[in-house]
Amino acid sequence: MSQDQIAVTGKPVVPAAPSASATGAGAFVRRHQIVEHIVLLFGVLLMMGPIAVAFTTSTHDPVTIHSEGMQLGFGDNFLPTYEAVIFEQTGFTKQVTGWGMSLNSLILGLGFAIGKIIVSMLAAYAIVYFRFPLGTLCFWIIFSTLLLPLEVRILPSYEVVQGLGLLNSYTGLILPLIASATGTFFFRQFFKSVPNELLEAARIDGAGPFRFFWDILVPLSRTMIAAIFIIMFVVGWNQYLWPILMTTDESFYTVVRGIRQILQVWIGADIPDYNEALGLAIIAMIPPVLIVIIFQRMFIKGLVESEK
Amino acid sequence: MTTLEIKQAVKRYPNGALAVKGVDVTVEDGELVVFVGPSGCGKSTLLRMVAGLESVTEGEIVLDGRLVNEVEPANRNIAMVFQNYALYPHMSVYKNLAYGLKNRGTPKAEIDAKVREAAKLLQIGDFLERKPSQLSGGQRQRVAMGRAIVRDPAIFLFDEPLSNLDAKLRNQMRLEIKRLQRRLGTAAIYVTHDQVEAMTLADRIVVLNNGEIEQIGTPAQVYGAPASTFVASFIGAPPMNLLKAQTGDGAIVIGESRIEAPVRANGPVTLGIRPERAHLANGSGGADGPPMKVDTVEELGAVRLIHGSVGGQHFTANQSADEPIPGDQVRLRLQADDLHLFDHGTGRRL
Repeated sequence: MSQDQIAVTGKPVVPAAPSASATGAGAFVRRHQIVEHIVLLFGVLLMMGPIAVAFTTSTHDPVTIHSEGMQLGFGDNFLPTYEAVIFEQTGFTKQVTGWGMSLNSLILGLGFAIGKIIVSMLAAYAIVYFRFPLGTLCFWIIFSTLLLPLEVRILPSYEVVQGLGLLNSYTGLILPLIASATGTFFFRQFFKSVPNELLEAARIDGAGPFRFFWDILVPLSRTMIAAIFIIMFVVGWNQYLWPILMTTDESFYTVVRGIRQILQVWIGADIPDYNEALGLAIIAMIPPVLIVIIFQRMFIKGLVESEK
Repeated sequence: MTTLEIKQAVKRYPNGALAVKGVDVTVEDGELVVFVGPSGCGKSTLLRMVAGLESVTEGEIVLDGRLVNEVEPANRNIAMVFQNYALYPHMSVYKNLAYGLKNRGTPKAEIDAKVREAAKLLQIGDFLERKPSQLSGGQRQRVAMGRAIVRDPAIFLFDEPLSNLDAKLRNQMRLEIKRLQRRLGTAAIYVTHDQVEAMTLADRIVVLNNGEIEQIGTPAQVYGAPASTFVASFIGAPPMNLLKAQTGDGAIVIGESRIEAPVRANGPVTLGIRPERAHLANGSGGADGPPMKVDTVEELGAVRLIHGSVGGQHFTANQSADEPIPGDQVRLRLQADDLHLFDHGTGRRL
């Protein structure tokens, strides 16, 4: 009849009155959960509502949307809209489809995320495990670049990319962005938390610097890699300003630019293809969501199993 | 034959701190030598110098007749067991054992044979596919030892390997380590701050204090004839009683009583008496030693500890549980052989 007994029976211990019977405590827990669920549902509604409305609206034709506004129910234009969004050539030069733009975004997102992970892991490895002159200074210089976001250094970056002749190329899109102060910092903190004895045991086991990195540090960093991959992929996928500056050729268009493009081209005489813009927005959302879902599992699994 | 020779080893850290101040130790074939001392005495540093994890500032480390000062740890033919085991958490037990051999380029079949043999010896054969996180403390300890055994080294280096285990398991693993080391016949250095571990495991004990060797000897020598007050108080539980006393005319004077001195000495000395060698005589019957004032009695089951004071200084005596509990005043019955005299200033044995 006490809290101890509740705990023993496996039910969560709640600050119920000590004299409450087991069923009373159960009812309390249920009431508690209902309130929690209402709060959570409200949050879900707030975040998912606009997306759901965007999706339902995208299944109507542009005239309906233009005259009646956003639609809550499904229309009968689902297939034609999404077919057009994915396969129809769009843009000023009619060079790129929704599918092609998604591929471009994917290349940018993956290149961005993987590049950043590789560069920042190597940088952190050097900073944490090797004693070289001015090592700490190097770290703080890297760290201080956090104060200089992309927008601040966009002109010199453009100058460099242009000078190297990398405009309108995937290399030009990805390479200048793969240095990451955030990633370096995260990996540095993580490497510092790896017990020194592991390094010593590996040294006695005959693992050189490369082997130690590849055989020990990389597998131990799995969860960190997953976390940084999620963040960086989404950031890369959502890049807008950078691709606009680095690429002028429409075959390099990313999805995020494409959404804007659909609304822009026909403005004036015609009714904009609202349905296609919304459809493309929905499609643009799918890969980041998938990445988060897939890696989140690994991320949580890694957290639960983590053992250093 | 000598496995390891440490000659005048000095470790000076870049900030100028001296961790090891010129130490000479030899380890014979198949011998288990224990480095014991309080924390900060340099015992772990010395072990890590042998392992190659710390550089040697001065002196020589000669392993199997080869100067290894500048040799990488992997090429020294040593194996080390760490305090927190340092198992690779993402590798199975099998891979943990095999990793060092794999890096040496040992053929797969040979690795497999060695790993299975070590696993059998340590009774971890059933866990080979498990991850370290799925093992208990004792099992992890065994895996850590297995990783050392498969390397087939010239010498094992143990760095406080039992301090993460609970008391019961510690006693069990202590015995296992000793048996295993005997069976393999490989020399070993074992670092610990626990004098019981040192006494029970060692063929020879090296007592370190402040980066210097206080005494090297068999457990019996270190216990029976401590070279200094430091060794006397460090080895043995409860520790040896150390009393300030005066000597002169072949006698030791504590308070108002005189005892015949075992060695010639003059002036102030420190007198050491092991608690179990201080016999108590109730009342005054037959005892001519100094009187002891009893204040606390601790029952330990087989024995009992009598705490009190002799000549105003704290004193502990050990008494068998069959003997009657003493009253407030007892006299000590001491034998000349059981008295240890130390220099009052340096603390060295006289």
